[in-house]
Amino acid sequence: MNNKSKNIFGNGLGQLTIPIIAIAILVIFNLIRDPSFFSIELTHNNEGNSVLAGNLITIINGASELAILAMGMTLVTAACGGQDISVGAAAAIAGSAFVKILKSGDSISAGTVIIALLFACIVAMIFGAFNGTLVAVFKIQPMIATLILYTCGRSIAYWINGGATPTVTSPILDAIGKFIPGIPVPTPVIIVIIVGVIFKLVFRLTSLELFTQSVGINGNAARLNGINSTFVKLLSFIILGICVAIAGCIGVSRLGLINHETLLIDIEMDTILAVAIGGNNLGGGKFKVGGSIIGAYVIQMLTITLYAMKVSSTDVKAYKAVVIILLVVIGSPVVKEKFGKMMNKLRSRRAKVTVKGAERS
Amino acid sequence: MDNPILLTMRHIEKRFPGVLALNNVDFTLRKGEIHALMGENGAGKSTLIKILTGVYQMDGGEVQIEGKPVVIHSPQDAQNSGISTVYQEITLCPNLTVAENMFIGREDSAWIQRKEYEKKADEILGRLEIPTRGARILGRCSLAIQQMVAIARAVDMNCKVLILDEPTSSLDDKEVNMLFKLMRDLKAQGVGIIFVTHFLEQVYEVSDRITVLRNGELVGEYPASDLPQVELVAKMIGKNLDEFSALKGSGKDVSKNGEVFYEAEELSSSQALPFDFKIHKGEVNGFTGLLGSGRSESVRAIFGADKVNGGTVKVKGEPVKITRPIDAMKHGIGYLAEDRKRDGIIAELSVRENIILALQVMNGFFKPISRSESEAFADEYIKVLQIKTASRETPVGSLSGGNQQKVILARWLLTHPDYLILDEPTRGIDVGTKLEIQKLVLKLAEEGVSVTFISSEVEEMLRTCSRLIVMRDRHIVGELTGEDLNQAQVMKTIAGGEA
Repeated sequence: MNNKSKNIFGNGLGQLTIPIIAIAILVIFNLIRDPSFFSIELTHNNEGNSVLAGNLITIINGASELAILAMGMTLVTAACGGQDISVGAAAAIAGSAFVKILKSGDSISAGTVIIALLFACIVAMIFGAFNGTLVAVFKIQPMIATLILYTCGRSIAYWINGGATPTVTSPILDAIGKFIPGIPVPTPVIIVIIVGVIFKLVFRLTSLELFTQSVGINGNAARLNGINSTFVKLLSFIILGICVAIAGCIGVSRLGLINHETLLIDIEMDTILAVAIGGNNLGGGKFKVGGSIIGAYVIQMLTITLYAMKVSSTDVKAYKAVVIILLVVIGSPVVKEKFGKMMNKLRSRRAKVTVKGAERS
Repeated sequence: MDNPILLTMRHIEKRFPGVLALNNVDFTLRKGEIHALMGENGAGKSTLIKILTGVYQMDGGEVQIEGKPVVIHSPQDAQNSGISTVYQEITLCPNLTVAENMFIGREDSAWIQRKEYEKKADEILGRLEIPTRGARILGRCSLAIQQMVAIARAVDMNCKVLILDEPTSSLDDKEVNMLFKLMRDLKAQGVGIIFVTHFLEQVYEVSDRITVLRNGELVGEYPASDLPQVELVAKMIGKNLDEFSALKGSGKDVSKNGEVFYEAEELSSSQALPFDFKIHKGEVNGFTGLLGSGRSESVRAIFGADKVNGGTVKVKGEPVKITRPIDAMKHGIGYLAEDRKRDGIIAELSVRENIILALQVMNGFFKPISRSESEAFADEYIKVLQIKTASRETPVGSLSGGNQQKVILARWLLTHPDYLILDEPTRGIDVGTKLEIQKLVLKLAEEGVSVTFISSEVEEMLRTCSRLIVMRDRHIVGELTGEDLNQAQVMKTIAGGEA
């Protein structure tokens, strides 16, 4: 019996229970509130492309950067038992590096964009490796280690473009940040799918998942089984670096400019939250990247729902906090354990009653 | 000459899920006595102490102090009853001063009068002849001094019963002597001291009485002068000296003409003193000695589990470097760690993932074992080793101890090692599984695998090993083969000295 309750709340689908319930509640709530909330229509945008529009599209599109960062953050969390709070600042650096290359020539060709993307990735990976070295080699707490880049990252981004906030316009960037002509689905959504598939492939083609979980659950045992935990931790930060670069470049492409102060501002906390809502243990160990992606959409859906309810943008944060408290407390080990104990007690009481009944008869 | 009785524990019983940790244990401490509490791992020493200090609640029995029954529900209760404990790891605050540490949590007023406390501390330290001053930062003092400060704090809180749990394990000889002097002084002042240690010589140096526990039961209480060291060992391990003669090692002795698989000279690690060791192909040998004798540390050095400091190692006659576990694994060495929970299982991962882990690591990062292949491996070993699990996807942490151990054995068997080191593979598991594991060891040896088998149950080692290396106080003190492989001889070598 105990096992059964463990199965429901502990593992398997268990980890995804809370995020799925959360998203289901949000959907149902919106359906009751306003059935037209989920209507999607095919319209034409300024460029004359036929594109999908509607609240649902806004939610899924808007959560793209968050979802990509959450995937990388899941790995860091699982391996290191801590979080990287510098992802927003690092994304600003990567975005600035991206713009720097785009601005280097007279015109922006497809080749320049690819080179700029690769450059942004390399820059973000280097900063990821910096964070990773502090955590894996020098054994500094992840939050403290990444506090450094969190603090100075946007200044570095400022220096890269000499303090300016240059605009970059190109149909290619619009194709990345908005729509590819002929495809009605926003490109960032497609990028999320591609990144998700790549994660899946990496898990299939390497031992990353097994090694990361082993290091996160029991570092001693992992080491005694020959796993190089320093490498695994470092790798998780470098992979997060790639995610940061992709998110940063999407952000730049959406706006057509780099603003080092506002690009993906405050996204680090939402990213960590997405990982937590996804049912991943922030102390490391077993993880599900899928959970974090759902977590990202939960956060975005919550925000858009509140906006749709005409909650002012200043109040949104407070309402969001209330919902998040509920989610996090319900998902906490204490509540899970109490709930499990309550179920056991009910069962044993029932068992006792039956035994007593049997004795009497 | 008997001093008045200070503390009595009667019929103490403590259950943990599935185990009776203490069964009807009595313990008596007199005023002004140093009383050693002895027993191997799992004997119940620490459980008994934790009951006395309020960490655990007993399920049955009675505790009296100076004839009055006391109820201890929390460490605070214990302190109020005059029971203080100084643990192996210092539990004081290293960044505060000695004086602050001595008076923390029991200041009379909200204002901390630093100077006054320092003066008071100096007075106490002087009286106890502890060579430090109240104004010093505790963390700057040696471990021995820190321990003594902890004791001084306890003494100043009017403790009647002082529990010292492995106080000497990280001290050097000089420091140990300092500590012993302090213990004798306190004894003279009428404090009753319970001394827990695994260093046999130290027991005899300071103790008046010895109480031996084994498997949660009381073996007996003896005046230290009436219990020779070799008999103490026998009582701890649980065999009478007469019973031992019949048993003989059944592992084949291949040391005469067999091929040497592994050889180490002057191998040392951060935990192990330099030692020489070799093992032949298809040989089963054992390391024996009491807990803390260095047996586990030595095999960890072989596997590269701790930082290796020096020595030359040859595998199959070729000089090799083994400084990390992965090096050892690549040379065909597997290691089942002593502490299954801490160093063995990945509790939240499935039986399947735990079984393939070592093989996967050896295969490398880019050659993952496919799902179907890993399922086949898991099914195979679940069947061969008869692992009782709901399914191969069950988290290994929810299995019983014996089955967890089998999963780790499966993990190493799957790598097809040439040399398998098993450190306490039979600890804390049921008798049936113990026997299965011993049979497995002999079968592996027949197939040409070298095995190092460590067990605190000497009988198990005699049944499986053809050569026993005996350690005491971190040194190899003997090597027994052939005729000498009997319990009496093993005990004598472990105990050493006069026996």
